[in-house]
Amino acid sequence: MIAFMQNLLGPAWPVVWTLVKIIAIVAPIMGAVAYLTLAERKVIGFMQVRMGPNRVGYFGLLQPIADGLKLLMKEIIIPSAANKTLFLLGPVLAIAPALAAWAVVPFDVDMILADIDAGLLYILAMTSVAVYGVIIAGWASNSKYAFLGSLRSAAQIVSYEIAMGFALVGVLMCAGSLNLGKIVVAQAGGFWQWYWLPLFPLFIVYFISAVAETNRAPFDVAEGESEIVAGFHVEYSGMAFAVFFLAEYANMILVCMLAAIMFLGGWQPLLDVAPFNMIPGFLWLIIKVALLLFFFLWFRATFPRYRYDQIMRLGWKVFIPITLVWIIVVGGLMQTPLAYLFH
Amino acid sequence: MNAIQSDLYAALPEIIILCMAMFVLLLDLFLKSHNRSLIYIFTQLGLAAAAVVTACTHNVSVVSYAFNGMFVDDPLSDVLKLMMYLTTSVMLVYTRQYVSLRDMFRGEYFALTLFALLGMMIMVSGQHFLTLYMGLELLSLCLYALVAMDRDNPRATEAAMKYFVLGALSSGMLLYGMSMLYGVTGTLDVAEVANALLQGAPDRSVLVLGVVFLIAGLGFKLGAVPFQMWVPDVYHGAPTAVTLFIGSVTKLAAFAFMIRLLIQGLYVLAIDWQGMLAIMAVLSILIGNITAIAQTNLKRMLAYSTISHVGYLLYGFMSAGTNGYVSAMFYIMAYVLMTLGGFGIMLLLSRKGFEADNLEDLKGLNQRSPWYAFLMLIIMFSMAGVPPTLGFYAKFAVLQAALQAGFVGLVIFAVVMAAIGGFYYLRVVKLMYFDEPLDNTPIKAPIDMKVLLSLNALLLLALGMFPQRLMDICAYAITHSFQ
Amino acid sequence: MNFNDYVFYVLAAILLFAGLRVITSRNPVHAALHLVLAFFTAAGIWLLLEAEFLAIALVLVYVGAVMVLFLFVVMMLDINLDKLREGFWEALPIALPVGILMTLEMVMILGSKHFGVDRVAAPTPHPAGYSNTAELGRQLYTDYLLPFELASVVLLVAIVAAIALTLRDRKDSKFIDPAEQVKVKRADRIRMVSMPADVEIPAAAETEGKDKA
Repeated sequence: MIAFMQNLLGPAWPVVWTLVKIIAIVAPIMGAVAYLTLAERKVIGFMQVRMGPNRVGYFGLLQPIADGLKLLMKEIIIPSAANKTLFLLGPVLAIAPALAAWAVVPFDVDMILADIDAGLLYILAMTSVAVYGVIIAGWASNSKYAFLGSLRSAAQIVSYEIAMGFALVGVLMCAGSLNLGKIVVAQAGGFWQWYWLPLFPLFIVYFISAVAETNRAPFDVAEGESEIVAGFHVEYSGMAFAVFFLAEYANMILVCMLAAIMFLGGWQPLLDVAPFNMIPGFLWLIIKVALLLFFFLWFRATFPRYRYDQIMRLGWKVFIPITLVWIIVVGGLMQTPLAYLFH
Repeated sequence: MNAIQSDLYAALPEIIILCMAMFVLLLDLFLKSHNRSLIYIFTQLGLAAAAVVTACTHNVSVVSYAFNGMFVDDPLSDVLKLMMYLTTSVMLVYTRQYVSLRDMFRGEYFALTLFALLGMMIMVSGQHFLTLYMGLELLSLCLYALVAMDRDNPRATEAAMKYFVLGALSSGMLLYGMSMLYGVTGTLDVAEVANALLQGAPDRSVLVLGVVFLIAGLGFKLGAVPFQMWVPDVYHGAPTAVTLFIGSVTKLAAFAFMIRLLIQGLYVLAIDWQGMLAIMAVLSILIGNITAIAQTNLKRMLAYSTISHVGYLLYGFMSAGTNGYVSAMFYIMAYVLMTLGGFGIMLLLSRKGFEADNLEDLKGLNQRSPWYAFLMLIIMFSMAGVPPTLGFYAKFAVLQAALQAGFVGLVIFAVVMAAIGGFYYLRVVKLMYFDEPLDNTPIKAPIDMKVLLSLNALLLLALGMFPQRLMDICAYAITHSFQ
Repeated sequence: MNFNDYVFYVLAAILLFAGLRVITSRNPVHAALHLVLAFFTAAGIWLLLEAEFLAIALVLVYVGAVMVLFLFVVMMLDINLDKLREGFWEALPIALPVGILMTLEMVMILGSKHFGVDRVAAPTPHPAGYSNTAELGRQLYTDYLLPFELASVVLLVAIVAAIALTLRDRKDSKFIDPAEQVKVKRADRIRMVSMPADVEIPAAAETEGKDKA
């Protein structure tokens, strides 16, 4: 089949094949995002002893589709004094990096779109670009609330990026590579070989930073409903708003995916023995990501919102020092007979 | 001793200064304001330790390279570093009272001073364009911050801003010049650049353009005309303590920087840079001396005097021979001692809420304190180049070297300008001895400052009469470091 | 021309356009955003040159962090452009000839005569397994150790200087130290008062209570 298509398309084949692969990655992500919203409402409903959506389809299974349709039908209102080009560019800049980062994520052995050497750096670069969507949206809306929200959000993202980056430095010290596939391979052999154990402080810092980085509760002051209505996307409606929504959830899945790859062994099975290693690798990855996503929802249902100065304090004065110290500890221990702990 | 150990051994003084700077920063966190003087003591101890190490690890007439040839430990660097420790230490003594009265007696002041010193030490020892540039940036960054240290003074902020903008521009030029040299020679290592040029690099016009940019960058950093605009404003706007630092120690580093770049790296192109330096030297002496006459502010006057001194320094380089470099080194040493003394007197006369930076403030100093008036007299005579002070001998040596190189007309010009320049220095003397004092506040200063200041001025006199010792040291440093 | 060349020309065109817009656009925010675009495109060109680490680092550091802070400042400032442009026409008669002269000189010397393709040998392409990042790391920590460490000192000085120049202890700050807050014990907030249990209850209330029971 593939050979036939190859003949048919000739030189255009690589482009087409890459496009097919991109669609094969993006379409499931979009589906996952849609059903993550449903899962979120259901889980939080359960935790707060409510029902959650249950009118559209069985258990509300068609709810995300109904929501999507509703947003599609709605008009995109552009505020009269807004900068039109930038206003529309904002959502695009938010979603593009969130999707582009997936290019280097390995789903299984050799199941990867672009197997580049500096994969980890690429992901960090892409996620750091995502902040422009927020800033531009806030500024172009010509609204105080939006601008304030975007400033908060951008400062928060930039701050937590540092802690996140340092946490990942620990991983690449252990794995000795920036290639995500190699990082996963380095964690082969059961869950005690995964990096969450030797890099436990970094894992915790990474995960909490990830929550802050995606502007999720309890760090969601950027859109804190109670004070600045909905933050940077307060002026957006219809599909423009939906795109921000998509970007936020896609980012959530992405950071969980990264956490799974960096600290939880990616596609590696829990134990490398009979029943476990018969399950395909990408299923393991999905299970791990789902588990981490559940934590995101759990946080949102339980924790009260942080105050803004406390968020910044946590990032700069707690997380960054912790990561720095642990990197030094790891570097030091790697020179001792204990180096086997960090392979 | 393996490679990395010998590298670290060569850079031991730098490591000491770096550690002390960071220690001072940390110490400052845990100290209450009443025992801040501990910071001062540790800074001085760090300088002393570095001096001891530099002196002890000094190998007579041996040039040793470290860090892959990026760092050099030769007699020139050791002599200049010792002079730097001494100058910085004296500067800290002079400025202690001044900064503590102006709420600047903080850990950052001392840490930044030490970091700046580190930058200068790297400039002195750099043997690679990259190292030299990093040292220069380290120094400049510290200086920008130090100038703005007195945060609520708008004049200081303005000076820092000007300094920063022009400094960044000049760094850009320097880098641009370096990149062109790299484009032609394919290396950034000073020795390899010199080698490549010796073998005859093909693109002469590119090289010359590169040298133009280098010289422009250097001119900015030195404050030579036509790149002098920032000097008076920065000297005037910065707190006097910082002005003293900028005016004295940094010139030693600039001297070393020129030696490393122009003489060790680009000696083959001497024909090209000689002419540029000559133009800069002549203009600096002319504009520095003439404009200084019109100043009423002592700091601005000294700024223009610095510009003219830079001109004389360039005379030494211009002659492009060992004699010239030795005399230039002698000149820079003399200049540093004179500047220390001049600003020392100014710091001595300043008190809380009062800056003695106008010429009027010196009026009748003889009646207030004959001893300090006498010290200032020596310093002014030395700056003017009146025999038998050190300044005279320094000017004499530089001009003699230029004469030997055949710049007869330029030397005559320099002598005439020195005579004109004498006017404004002597005006200070006149104000001190023949005018009535404006205020009669008693002069208060710590004893160590008084003693050092007296020694400093008397040294100008003593070295002026017996210059041979200092000359020998300069000759030793220059002749045993290269060629 | 192969595919890489096309990509290069497209990127170069975008880069030039973005660079021009940085200096010509009237709105400072637009200028900053075009600068972001310029950085991003430059990173693309670096990728073509097989400098993938530098390219990604450019995006990560400049686009992701530096320009964000830059945009912050630009967005918050209310810049009066007319005031900035004052004196433009007066300076033009001098600035224009000087600028043109300098450009011509630079073109003469930096043109293809000295730096053309024939003068500089094309680098040999690296084998597939070649890791730019690892190679760069090795260089930095061996041959270029000294400048690398110096760069870290420069950054430290930048931090110290920025803090020394801007940090002021505000007297009216209402900052609460979270560490102190966490340390609070029950005893600090609640005072247990021992009340005697057998208080005399008014007769009326007693009967009422009985009725309810």
